[in-house]
Formats: sequence, C-alpha cells, structure tokens
Amino acid sequence: MTSSGGEALEAFYEALLDDDAEQLYDRAPCGYLSTAPDGTIIKVNQTFLTLTGYRRGQLIGRVRFAQLLSAGGRIYHETHYAPLLSMHGQAHEIAFDIIRADGSRLPILVNSVLERDPHGAPMVIRTAVFDARLRREYERELLRAKQRAEDSEARATALARTLQQTLIPPTPPAIPNLDVAAAYRPAGDGSEVGGDFYDVFQIGTGDWVVAIGDVCGKGVDAAVVTALARYTLRATTVQHAEPSKALWTLNDVLRQHNIDRFCTVLLLRLRQTDGGWTGVISCAGHPPPLLRQPNGTLHAVGKPGLVLGVVDAPRLHDVQISLLPGDTLLLYTDGVTEARSGKDFYGEERLAAVAARSVDSAEGLTSAVLSEVLKFQADRPRDDIAVVTIRVPV
Amino acid sequence: MVSIVTRHNISISGQPGGQPILFAHGFGCDQNMWRYVAPRFENEFRVVLFDHVGAGNSDPSVYDPQRYSSLSGYAGDVVAICTELGLRDVVFVGHSVSAMIGVLAAAAAPELFAKLVLVSPSPRYLNDDDYVGGFSADDIYDMLESLESNYLGWSSAIAPVIMGHADRPELGKELTESFCRADPSIARQFARVTFLSDNREDLPAVATPTLILQCANDAIAPVSVGEFVRDRMPNASMVLLNTTGHCPNLSAPEETTAAIDQFVRRSAPALR
Repeated sequence: MTSSGGEALEAFYEALLDDDAEQLYDRAPCGYLSTAPDGTIIKVNQTFLTLTGYRRGQLIGRVRFAQLLSAGGRIYHETHYAPLLSMHGQAHEIAFDIIRADGSRLPILVNSVLERDPHGAPMVIRTAVFDARLRREYERELLRAKQRAEDSEARATALARTLQQTLIPPTPPAIPNLDVAAAYRPAGDGSEVGGDFYDVFQIGTGDWVVAIGDVCGKGVDAAVVTALARYTLRATTVQHAEPSKALWTLNDVLRQHNIDRFCTVLLLRLRQTDGGWTGVISCAGHPPPLLRQPNGTLHAVGKPGLVLGVVDAPRLHDVQISLLPGDTLLLYTDGVTEARSGKDFYGEERLAAVAARSVDSAEGLTSAVLSEVLKFQADRPRDDIAVVTIRVPV
Repeated sequence: MVSIVTRHNISISGQPGGQPILFAHGFGCDQNMWRYVAPRFENEFRVVLFDHVGAGNSDPSVYDPQRYSSLSGYAGDVVAICTELGLRDVVFVGHSVSAMIGVLAAAAAPELFAKLVLVSPSPRYLNDDDYVGGFSADDIYDMLESLESNYLGWSSAIAPVIMGHADRPELGKELTESFCRADPSIARQFARVTFLSDNREDLPAVATPTLILQCANDAIAPVSVGEFVRDRMPNASMVLLNTTGHCPNLSAPEETTAAIDQFVRRSAPALR
C-alpha cells in the first residue's frame, strides 16, 4: 500500500469515530469523576450522571464522593479505601453501592488513582466507576453458596466428631469378684478413631463376655465394620455359649455384607465358679492373651484360628482355662507388639517383661503397658492400641 | 509459645531510654497508618508500633475467636505488650477503635499509662435513644456486606503472603501490598466487635490525662461523639482538626503530629 493510501485510511477511521477529547471523556463506557483530595467532586462525565441520575450542578463542588455511597460503603471508604489511596496512590476493584438520585442503590466497582503535585502533596483523585449490577448479583450467589458450603462443612465435622465419640470403646463395667481395666488409644495424635475395639458385657449372673478385636484399616469404612462387629458379638453371644460359634456368626455377617475388610477377634466367655473363674477362649487371627500366675510365670493361652471375613466357615478353636485368685489375663491388639521405634518392634518379649513384674491391679498393668508402648514410639502410635486386663482378686 | 514481638509484629525505634509512646492502629489497616506521624517522635521517645492480632503482619495462628469476641481481648494485648516489653509511663496513641481499646487498657492497668491520645474515637457507633452514634444497625450490616463484596478479591492462594512471614523478611515487599487486607473471617469478626461495641460506660472510670483528636468532617465519628467522649472522661481535652475523613494521621499528619506533640511534651496534666 502507498503512503497516500495509508493517510486516506486514517482519515476514514477518523471520520468514522468523530471523536474529540470531550466525547472520549463524556461518553466513555464508564463513569468518570475527579475529586479534590478531601473527596469533593470537581468534575464528572455524562456516563456517571446517566448511571446515577444526578444533575451535574447537584454534584460539582457540593458533594464528596463518599456522601454518594451507602452507609456501609462510607465506613469501608474511610477504613480501607481512603487509607489505601493515601498510602499506595491507587485502589483497584473496590466494590461500593452508590445511592442514586431516586434513592435506589447501584452496585459499582471503582478504580482510583491519586495524583500528587511536584512536592508530593495530594492534588486530585481520579476515579473510574463501573456498573456492577450483574456481577454483584452473581457474587452474592457465590457468597451464599460459600456460606452454605461452610455451614455444611461445620455440620459434617460436628457429626464426625460425635460419631467418633460413640465409637471409642466404653469404660468396662464393674464385675463382682473380678478386677477389670481397659485402655484404648487411636493411632496418630489420638484425634481419629481407627479399627481397634474391645467390649465387656454381661450375659447372666456370673456370666460375662470379654471381646477384643482389630479391623484392618482406618477411617470411616473401618469404623463401620468396628461398630458392626461390636453389636453382632453382643447379639450372637447370647445365643451361642461357645465363643467359636459366636465368631462364626460374625464371620457370616461380614461375608454377607460383602465387606472387603477382615478383622481379628479374641472372644472370652467367663463364668464364675466357687474358687474363681473359668474361661473359654477363641482366637480368630488375634494375638493370644498372656496369663500371668501369682508366682510371675507367664504363658500365652488359646489356640490360633483364622481371621474373620476372609473365608466361609474358618477353622476356630475353643480352649478352656481356669482363672484362680491372683491370676491375671492380659488381652491386647497388635498395636502393642508391633509398635515400632525405627526398625525395632516393641515385641512380645518387652510386653512379657512388663507383665512379669509384680501386678497388684488390672489398672496398674493396663496403664503400665500403655505408657511403655507409647513411650517406645515417642507418643505417636502408628497403629491403634487396645489393652484389656482382667484379674481375679486374691 | 510465639514471642509477643512476633505475635504483634512489634517494631521499636527512637530513644531506648526515652518515654515509651505506643501507637495502635484501627479497624481496616495496620501499623503503616502511623507512617507519617510516628517517626516524628523518635528524637525524644521510645516509639513502639504493633499490629493487632489478625491485622497486618501479626501472627494469625494466635487468633482466638473467643478471646477477640470483645474489645477487652484487644485491650488485654495492649497491657501484655506494655508488661512484656517492660514499658512504663506509656503514652498510648490509639486511632479509631483502638481509642476505646486504649480506654479499656487504661481502666484495667492505669499504673502503666501516663497519657492517652484518642484519634477519631467513638464509644458507640450505633444510635441509641438520645445518643447519636451516626449509624443504625442496618448500616452496620450494610458495611459487613460491603466487606464481604470486597473480600471476594481475597483468595486463599495469597493468604500465606498476607498472613505473616515474620521469619521471611524477603516477603516484605509483597506484604506492603497486603496493607488493608486481612483474612475475611477475622476481618468480619473484628468489624462486628468494632461497630457493635458500647464503651460509653467505660469512659468515666479512666482518669488518665487524655487528648481527643477530632476531625471536623468525619463520616464515622462525628464531632458530637468526640465531645461526648471529652465530657464523659474526667481528665480529657479535645482538639478539632480542620480535615475531612476518619484518618487525620493520613489526611492531616502535620496537624495531628503537632497536636500530639504539644500534649505529650507538656509535663502538667491536661486541663479542659
């Protein structure tokens, strides 16, 4: 293209726009105003007047910009906008509501710059005003949605906390002529309930059940299975005198529920006799309990059986034991023996060493085991810990 | 336990052995509000600046909604700052809501304070029978909504920058950009506490010599409110500054400095 052609094109564009500085200002697609440093309006464009419904004469020299704002906006203007402008020389995307001449509210977005004279003294504030009605409506919807989401989260958190409380095993009941103590400590910092559980409950006079178990995994899914195991055992031990039968029923329930989790359970049925107690033990994949006799000798009791929830009709055994005055039975989950410190496991030997020391109460042994195991892993257990101790008083 | 200096982003300048002058910022911004005023006192005073918890570059992790559900929580911080830094004979300069925070601090521990300077104070923003605070309850809710709209631009992505990195001074530049920004939930509660408090009954109990700096045209704390504070406090005087707005420390730093200067360097107790 020749240079004369370029000039012709420029002239054509010029004619098309028919713009001068006045029109650029007055008919800009945003409201535009200039104020003195104290906010007094000294110049406005036509777009601002059209947006707000004021006449030029009502504003110039008579009104400060902040006076056009809603009361809430005036506070924001004084506490945020004015300091920001004074300190940074500009303020961007500030949301206000203007009160129009007819009293209605117009949501706007504002950009301002502060011009200073050569000595640095504030001279004039120039402000562009954008109609923000649709945007503000959308933002209100976003805010409402955010508020709802926050409310839901708060409710969900409260619900989870309540449910976790119900899943923490209860303090065992007092049993006549039997000393019982239990401890439970969830993994980590102790704020989330995991898969270990225990339960101690009565079937009849002098007839009690002690259960301890470990559902694999943690979190909500594990907690559901833990609850299922606990109430199933409470129901089924009423029907079945042999612990292995009760465990079979639990196995059936787990299999039927199509739950992809297995669990270990130790079930102990206790009956009072003339001289002490007899017990029947069945271990489903669970560490056998330690029986401590008054002379300090220790041995594991019970015969290993399969974990529950994996196969139909797992092989399980019932083993009868006698508990005489002074005898102590220590039931625990693998969170005790498999507690780790570096590559070192806490192990059965350390546990046996604690249990072999003189025992004068179920509570004493329980808290000794718990504190040793916690100390071993610096108070940050990686797995749940559950301990139940029963002792026949002398 | 975080040290009080980190907790409140305390900065100390001026004369180490001088009388302490403690500047407290109001709702909305942070200690930068004193940028044009505080340095003028460094030649004679030990100048102490701080951010309220939840504002500026304070440590947000110590924000406790319970503690800061009333101004007395903030007043407790002022007393703690004086106590832990060993400040005695303190000149307290509080802007906006910090004026009442200073009144509460002086009521709780009068032995710490020599003088109070209340810049644009209001003991009650809401109108109440004969009392004209300047705002209705609806106005305050309107303001809270205005806050919400303006915090839409606040995103959690920039939160770590805004919310304190006392251990990373290289972030100082960005932090100046965070001026007047705060965690929305904290700002919301601070706004509620600020604008819904009623401290009118606390005024008569504070006999500390007090200067009220009142702007001639203040949309938030009108002249009648400044006069109310002066009349209720047993030992207060008022200076009217010929400026518009709520922040004379920014809009009229010369007059503000001169008025404080005349008051604090005068050894005799203030008289009406």
